[in-house]
Amino acid sequence: MDKTPQTLPRQNWTFSNEINSEIRRAAATGIYDIRGGGAKRRVPHFDDLLFLGASISRYPLEGYREKCDTSVVLGTRFAKKPIELKIPITIAGMSFGALSANAKEALGRGATLSGTSTTTGDGGMTDEERGHSEKLVYQYLPSRYGMNPDDLRRADAIEVVVGQGAKPGGGGMLLGQKITERVAGMRNLPVGIDQRSACRHPDWTGPDDLEIKLLEIREITNWEKPIYIKIGGARPYYDTALAVKAGADVVVLDGMQGGTAATQDVFIEHVGQPTLACIRPAVKALQDLGMHRKVQLVVSGGIRGGADVAKALALGADAVAIGTAALIALGDNDPRWEEEYQKLGSTTGAYDDWHEGRDPAGITTQDPELMKRLDPIAAGRRLRNYLAVMTLECQTLARACGKSHVHNLEPEDLCALTIEAAAMAGVPLAGSNWIPGQSGF
Amino acid sequence: MCGIVGLFLKKDDLRPRLGDLLTDMLITMTDRGPDSAGIAIYGDDADGLKMTIQSATPDEDFDGLEENLTALLRGPVRMRVIDTHAVLTLPEGSEAEVRAFMAEKGIRVMGVGNSMEIFKEVGLPKDVASRFGIRQMAGSHGIGHTRMATESAVTTLGAHPFSTDGDQCLVHNGSLSNHNRMRRELARKGFAPQTQNDTEVAACYISSRLAEGANLGEALDGTLQDLDGFFTFVVGTKNGFGVVRDPIACKPAVMAETDDYVAFGSEYRAFANLPGIDNARVWEPEPATVYFWER
Amino acid sequence: MQTIDMASTELRELNSMLQSQEGNGGDAEWVIENTRGSHALAVGLNAPIKVTVKGSAGYYCAGMNKEATVHVTGSVGPGVAENMISGSVIVEGDASQYAGATGHGGLLVIKGNASSRCGISMKGVDIVVHGNVGHMSAFMAQSGNLVILGDAGDALGDSLYEARLFVRGSVKSLGADCIEKEMRPEHLELLADLLERAGADASPQEFRRYGSARKLYHFNVDHADEY
Repeated sequence: MDKTPQTLPRQNWTFSNEINSEIRRAAATGIYDIRGGGAKRRVPHFDDLLFLGASISRYPLEGYREKCDTSVVLGTRFAKKPIELKIPITIAGMSFGALSANAKEALGRGATLSGTSTTTGDGGMTDEERGHSEKLVYQYLPSRYGMNPDDLRRADAIEVVVGQGAKPGGGGMLLGQKITERVAGMRNLPVGIDQRSACRHPDWTGPDDLEIKLLEIREITNWEKPIYIKIGGARPYYDTALAVKAGADVVVLDGMQGGTAATQDVFIEHVGQPTLACIRPAVKALQDLGMHRKVQLVVSGGIRGGADVAKALALGADAVAIGTAALIALGDNDPRWEEEYQKLGSTTGAYDDWHEGRDPAGITTQDPELMKRLDPIAAGRRLRNYLAVMTLECQTLARACGKSHVHNLEPEDLCALTIEAAAMAGVPLAGSNWIPGQSGF
Repeated sequence: MCGIVGLFLKKDDLRPRLGDLLTDMLITMTDRGPDSAGIAIYGDDADGLKMTIQSATPDEDFDGLEENLTALLRGPVRMRVIDTHAVLTLPEGSEAEVRAFMAEKGIRVMGVGNSMEIFKEVGLPKDVASRFGIRQMAGSHGIGHTRMATESAVTTLGAHPFSTDGDQCLVHNGSLSNHNRMRRELARKGFAPQTQNDTEVAACYISSRLAEGANLGEALDGTLQDLDGFFTFVVGTKNGFGVVRDPIACKPAVMAETDDYVAFGSEYRAFANLPGIDNARVWEPEPATVYFWER
Repeated sequence: MQTIDMASTELRELNSMLQSQEGNGGDAEWVIENTRGSHALAVGLNAPIKVTVKGSAGYYCAGMNKEATVHVTGSVGPGVAENMISGSVIVEGDASQYAGATGHGGLLVIKGNASSRCGISMKGVDIVVHGNVGHMSAFMAQSGNLVILGDAGDALGDSLYEARLFVRGSVKSLGADCIEKEMRPEHLELLADLLERAGADASPQEFRRYGSARKLYHFNVDHADEY
């Protein structure tokens, strides 16, 4: 015993290696960390909820034999031509520019095969996208890149984007590498510059002005198209109520796990509420105004499988939208590209430098060579398969709860595994009738 | 988020038409604020103190109120009931006593002063204006508001204008972003807002600055330093009328001036029925600039 | 010439009549009366027709105009000719905020003054203002030309991209990344043409040109104070 026992080196929880690496990166560059995707931190989620299922007090439907409908109609309030979808899962807005033309085409193909809609993004509508999307939602964004009345009229619905879950209250930044000639041309920008996106619309601020803006858009499009208003998960009760008062046909509510093409990491991780926490306040706003199911609610941000879909619907959503999940279905972050992710200083599952345009999977890039790696037909097929699985899963759960339509799922079909999830979703903690934060306890 | 109108008469000729003109202006702003509407009218000076009160159950609450107050104050009290509101004329110096009395009865005090009367209710501007007979009212100036509530409740008390001091009222279009901190600071100074509304915080702020000895121009100027967020404020005092917009100034505001009046509107169309508007000087108030007229 | 009285015509009826002129040739003339500051008048037009709005208009008059010529005899509210694609819009009176916002093409002429954010985020439109413009005009303006015969308010051309700004009067202040630039012969020529098309009695030599310093094109921490 000639050596004094030594304490093992102890890492600091506050100053973890991950945190320290960010401090060093910031010190070296003087630029905040910009990345793509949504919040990576663990937040209370649909996984913390369980369906109760039916047994003696309630009767289940026979799987595959007894019908469980999944259709949904969006835009029944004012639009002459509401959108009819076969499944309650839509593809969220992602721009040409952020995504390659092939990726946009694949999304259109997959959505069309599944009887659902896809959505444009900052950067306008491309012919490929319009051509391959049976139902296309045209985003109306602060930048108005490529905005024009013809595309507005050839869209099936119009989504006025006020905010998104990754960055409620923020604009964006698309770095120069992705502003290629075609992207620059569509956006009227010099090639290769860092494109800054505004956080407010250029010609209206607040719900009173928004109401007049919606009137203009409706007058231009003959009151045909459903108008969605997309909000980030900031103050979902008030924002939903105001979207309805301003005249929305559909409210799209994006929680903090919702992705983005490029924004500050500090924004993605520290602003906005988890999707789970956003739904009930939004539904309450609709109910208080007598508009639940009349103005449809589409929820997005971290939807991954049929269980998430079913739980979102049970909490009161009419449909969900997927973005990140759809990209993964196309081939984003696929282990087959691991070697290349390593070269970029990342690894499968963690690759989030979507703004840099070097995506090995050929999805979040404008590089012609990388783009070729994504076959839009095969990728579209993968998306279609994935959507079919999600839908089957959602139906299975709904049947188990005795529902002949997925919209008949209710919060009372759920219990929560954690106190946090119980409070956020407004459903009882498993094994109890306790809903934290509600009266009587 | 709302529509604002204001009319300040420079000459007496139009006095009898003040309510009529303001009502038209208010109704054109319906789309901007369908939740509630309110109007402050600066009419003839009362022989004493004017107090506008409101009750959700006026039949019950106003029944015998005049007599009870006369007995309480041992002096002349007059009461004019208008729908859910009533305008009381009280002996000078009785405000604190009457406020305590109303608080006990659960009757809301909308405002006090020598000339100002305030009427506000939930509902469409045309209905609110007609319930109170605003068209028939005469006066020197007035401010109206149609509200699209953002975060605080759609209630009578949440409607604008807010009056937090004698003959003073304020309306707002926009949304403040530091009102909670300011609310606590004002409460410590003894100017506690009664509602959760951000606009009332601004009204209390003006009152607190006036109480500290600032004039209205200085108090309005202070909003630019001390209040954050988006705002267009229109303020009325016994003899004055002021306007200020935040430095970003993206909520709409337009003004018109002739030899006879100064008018404010959230949109130009509020002016459509004003006499001589075609030859008025029309402009949009500059950001972070105080405009103020006094008789 | 057809006259539409807004006292007895619904907005929807007006706009769908005007929007159904595509392919009807360029000689159709329309007069809209009793507008009383209505919003969304003559929006989404898509044919080379001539429309006269008699009186004043509210928000977004002639919004997203394509090919049509819209002449407003009075003043206009926020967002006149927003996102215009082509054609021309002429306003005899004043314009409120956001005149010509995000316009892609065509010509917008304001004979009176324009308020704040004139030409915000413009993407190719030409705007000629005979009077003054308010603060934050040409904010994030991408391309096209903004000509101001009078004075410009605070923060002209803030965060400017490639739009060209010409001012005859004074400029209260320039916004971030906006600088005065040399007036070269091609600019004088361009300006002369714009002034003529806008019916403006001014000489190109009286103007100064402003444009982007292009320092904000690539994020640099040393420019953080500019944002």
